[in-house]
Amino acid sequence: MSSTVTPLPSERLAPLTRAYAEAASSRRRRTMVGAAVVAVAVLVAALQADVEPLKFWNNLGAFGGYFVRLAHFDSGDYLGRVVLSHPGEWMWGLARWTRLLVDTLLIAYAGTLLGALGGFVVSFYAARNLARTGWLRWSAVRFLEFCRTVPELVFALIFVFAFGLGALPGVLALAIHTMGALGKLFTEVVENADMRPVEGVTASGGSWTQTIRFAVLPQVLSNFVSYTLLRFEINVRGASVMGFVGAGGIGVDLMEAIRKFYYADVSAMLVLLIATVMVIDYGTEALRHRLIGREAAR
Amino acid sequence: MTATPTFSDDAGVMSDTRRIRAALGPAALANRRALEKKYPDIFEGSRRNRVLTVAIVVTLTALLLYAFVRLEFSLAKIGGGIGQLIHFVTLMFPPSPGTWPRFHLFLDGLGETLAIAFLGTLAAAILAFPIGFLAAKNVVPARLFQLGTRRFLDTVRGVDTLIWALIWINVVGLGPFAGVLAIMTSDFGAFGKLFSEAIEAVDRKPIEGVTASGGSNLARIRFGILPQILPVIAGQVLYYFESNTRSATIIGIVGAGGIGLHLSEAIRTLEWQQVSFLVLMILVAVAIIDQISARVRFAIIGERRLET
Repeated sequence: MSSTVTPLPSERLAPLTRAYAEAASSRRRRTMVGAAVVAVAVLVAALQADVEPLKFWNNLGAFGGYFVRLAHFDSGDYLGRVVLSHPGEWMWGLARWTRLLVDTLLIAYAGTLLGALGGFVVSFYAARNLARTGWLRWSAVRFLEFCRTVPELVFALIFVFAFGLGALPGVLALAIHTMGALGKLFTEVVENADMRPVEGVTASGGSWTQTIRFAVLPQVLSNFVSYTLLRFEINVRGASVMGFVGAGGIGVDLMEAIRKFYYADVSAMLVLLIATVMVIDYGTEALRHRLIGREAAR
Repeated sequence: MTATPTFSDDAGVMSDTRRIRAALGPAALANRRALEKKYPDIFEGSRRNRVLTVAIVVTLTALLLYAFVRLEFSLAKIGGGIGQLIHFVTLMFPPSPGTWPRFHLFLDGLGETLAIAFLGTLAAAILAFPIGFLAAKNVVPARLFQLGTRRFLDTVRGVDTLIWALIWINVVGLGPFAGVLAIMTSDFGAFGKLFSEAIEAVDRKPIEGVTASGGSNLARIRFGILPQILPVIAGQVLYYFESNTRSATIIGIVGAGGIGLHLSEAIRTLEWQQVSFLVLMILVAVAIIDQISARVRFAIIGERRLET
């Protein structure tokens, strides 16, 4: 096999190679400028956030050591033994922790459901294709934005002072934040809905509520449910730390254990929490797949 | 914006509908049995759906009521709390930081929050980058290894940022540095998963091209995979930076630096004017970051569109 490649004459080749080199160097220059900007930003941010690489390096062993200590008993008869060697002793508080975990799940559940209901109602007022008046739509959109920008823990902190310690402020805080987050997603789903059924129902004399019930809802419901299930996953994690500000769930015990260095308790609760979160993740994912599958089959 | 449909409850149209329904409804209902026999699919189907719907609604409501009872909700508690809340809200106006020095303190806290979010996200992305490759099944074909990496990332992700913050405070002490490390750790799990998914979704053809022209494994990754995933990854990192500015405002509540420290202090000492001022500061900062990040993200994705 002989290949005959005729090289271009150099007077035609020269501009091409020059253009290539220019293109390559301009790209490289842009990358360098971008890298420099990021480097400066890192420096400024590191100064602002009191980053001490030396301290970090010295304490890195402590971080690993922390996990080693998590895996050993810190007190009692089995002091210094690996926790897995005596699971009964390790999980001594299983009954209490399970109860707290169920509380946490219920906080997440109630917060998600209430928030989803709120977002459901508001989304129809915030959707561009269904809104009846401009100012109502504007205020609905701003309201949702406010609800989702203020972190749920800030709501929880304020609510703890208003409603007292317990699960109630946690549920309300999660519900408000969920309403903001889901309301925005629901609004987008509604805005993408097919308008022909809407026109059909309007043309046959349906009111606004009837239009939503018979023309919009059948199109959007499966998406709404899917988003709500995803949010439930997120809220289970959120509910696990509500206790940090006194708003119920396993967070109260967990924070106390971490602060007081009860290593074995910390690891026991973390293991239970992670297992719960994983089970919930798999469960909701399976449900969502079934939902999407049914949708596709239709 | 044109052709916004308007829905007015026009009395004339409605009364017409009602008249037609009044005239035809009884006739249709009288014939219902025959209709049911003639179109069994339609009636059976809708009946089953209806029963299912009622069952789902009843279950959800029952669970909600059980949650209310178990979590000790009471009308008195809710009513009293709402009264208190309205009282707090009236105390929040007008928002004010109190004194100038305190305003500077708040600004410093806000800067710290932004720094925490930025450094945490960047560090997480850098750490997760190689892990993303290891967890992708088209780069490392060993199934068991990949499964292990994925489970590890899931475990990291299952722990909330605030819990990581508490753990890091035990290691490096109170302060914003613990916050940076907390955001880094929790996002490391999320990024590892997202990056590996992005890598698994790449087009095989460029990789085959590099192989065909004699490229090594490293060249395959550098010239076959990297150009495809970099815009995706950059978009995801920017998106997480946005959401981390929100989470970085709260890690101060457990003592990991940033504006959250001032916020929780103001709430705990019932300085409601400062609370509303701090919330406003956070809202404005988040809005600005969202704008900038959306613009940068669009620029990156737009560039990719031009290339393809």
